[in-house]
Amino acid sequence: MAKVIFTANIQRHVMCPETQAAGGTVRDVLDHVFVENPQARGYVLDDQAGLRKHITIFVDGKIIRDRARLADAVSDTSTIHVFQALSGG
Amino acid sequence: MSDKLFVSTRKGLFTVSRASGKWDIAAVDFLGDNVTLTLSDARDGHHYAALDHGHFGVKLHRSNGNGWEEIAVPVYPPKPEGYEEHDMWGRPINWSTARIWALAAGGPDQPGIIWCGTLPGGLFRSSDRGTSWEMIRSLWDHPKRKQWNGGGADLPGIHSICVDPRNSKRVWVAVSTGGIWFTEDGGASWSQRGNGMRAEYVPPELTHDPIAQDVHCLVQCPAAPHRMWVQHHNGIFVSDDEGKTFREIINVEPSTFGFAVVVHPRLPDTAWFVPEIKDEKRIPREGKLVVTRTRDAGKNFESLTKGLPQVHAYDVVYRHALALDATGERLAFGSTTGGLWVSENQGDSWTCVSHTLPPVYAVRFA
Repeated sequence: MAKVIFTANIQRHVMCPETQAAGGTVRDVLDHVFVENPQARGYVLDDQAGLRKHITIFVDGKIIRDRARLADAVSDTSTIHVFQALSGG
Repeated sequence: MSDKLFVSTRKGLFTVSRASGKWDIAAVDFLGDNVTLTLSDARDGHHYAALDHGHFGVKLHRSNGNGWEEIAVPVYPPKPEGYEEHDMWGRPINWSTARIWALAAGGPDQPGIIWCGTLPGGLFRSSDRGTSWEMIRSLWDHPKRKQWNGGGADLPGIHSICVDPRNSKRVWVAVSTGGIWFTEDGGASWSQRGNGMRAEYVPPELTHDPIAQDVHCLVQCPAAPHRMWVQHHNGIFVSDDEGKTFREIINVEPSTFGFAVVVHPRLPDTAWFVPEIKDEKRIPREGKLVVTRTRDAGKNFESLTKGLPQVHAYDVVYRHALALDATGERLAFGSTTGGLWVSENQGDSWTCVSHTLPPVYAVRFA
């Protein structure tokens, strides 16, 4: 299962502890995470389930490219970081 | 008379209370966060605060006077596959709440109903005090909605909501830019209102088109709902027929440009404004901060200055940052440069509560 780590800055709004979830894409993994932590979903994804404008996701150190569908591939040993982008202040 | 104010600022929500005849900051919530608007619902004592966390999106919190809890936020419906619409610069419009720009309580016969206006133009209604929201699809799907444009922000947005005190199914909303829209069936259908307003920023053939109007703020007199006042991008307008037609108020010193307007709850001819020089010079004239007041439906205006800075004042007062209490006696306003003033005599004189607050977005009596 992939490891998912959230930015420390989100923690004061909604607790997002480091977790593990299964899935072949970023979407699959995050869907599993948000089943367990539904409040976090709206902090990371917009109303169309795309990545919020000023959120960045890294998979194994690389920024994902598909911000709308989150189709970037994830392996069982991947680490996903959910960060704030420097854009957005 | 209300003894409490909610002041929404770029860096937190300030509760300002009157004690022993003096107004002072009594509490700060959400310190460091961007609070954009509050609503205090006199029907049940609940308060609502809208926050914009930037990276993490727009959120809503509710309080019954004993702490705040996060509640649901309006969510746009899924955009149909393959469908695209674009803003006035050709950029795709994301169907996602970009800002909560209006909050209004439903009528006294509608306990728990809250209206919410947003950017990029969606109107929402909650029947359970914000626990859940439904989009008013009849307005969002109205073919003319796509003619709305950015004004106060890059995206179009609903900033004013007036619920008819005689009939809660009758609701007016104002859009920047998109003019005034009216429903008399609780939101099932909508029609454009606002003939007579005038826009200088469009070609002559569109000057009087109601959908081209950049209404900055729309208010309705509770005791005389036929009377509506508009602070518009190009001046002050007043209606005597529920917003069907407006007439322009001209020759007001120092200016008719501004964002905010409030109307007396029982005296429809009495309204207040906070003027700035003009649209491309958004500062008080000659550095003198004034509030203007008419008591005769716009025939005459007074400039109210007592207690307000008259030298090097560059305060801008946004559309939700001027407030009047339910008695019509107490006023308050906050500015982009962190000033907050209160009047207990309809604006005849003002007391500065603070001039070091973060930029003020909204002021509301609780």
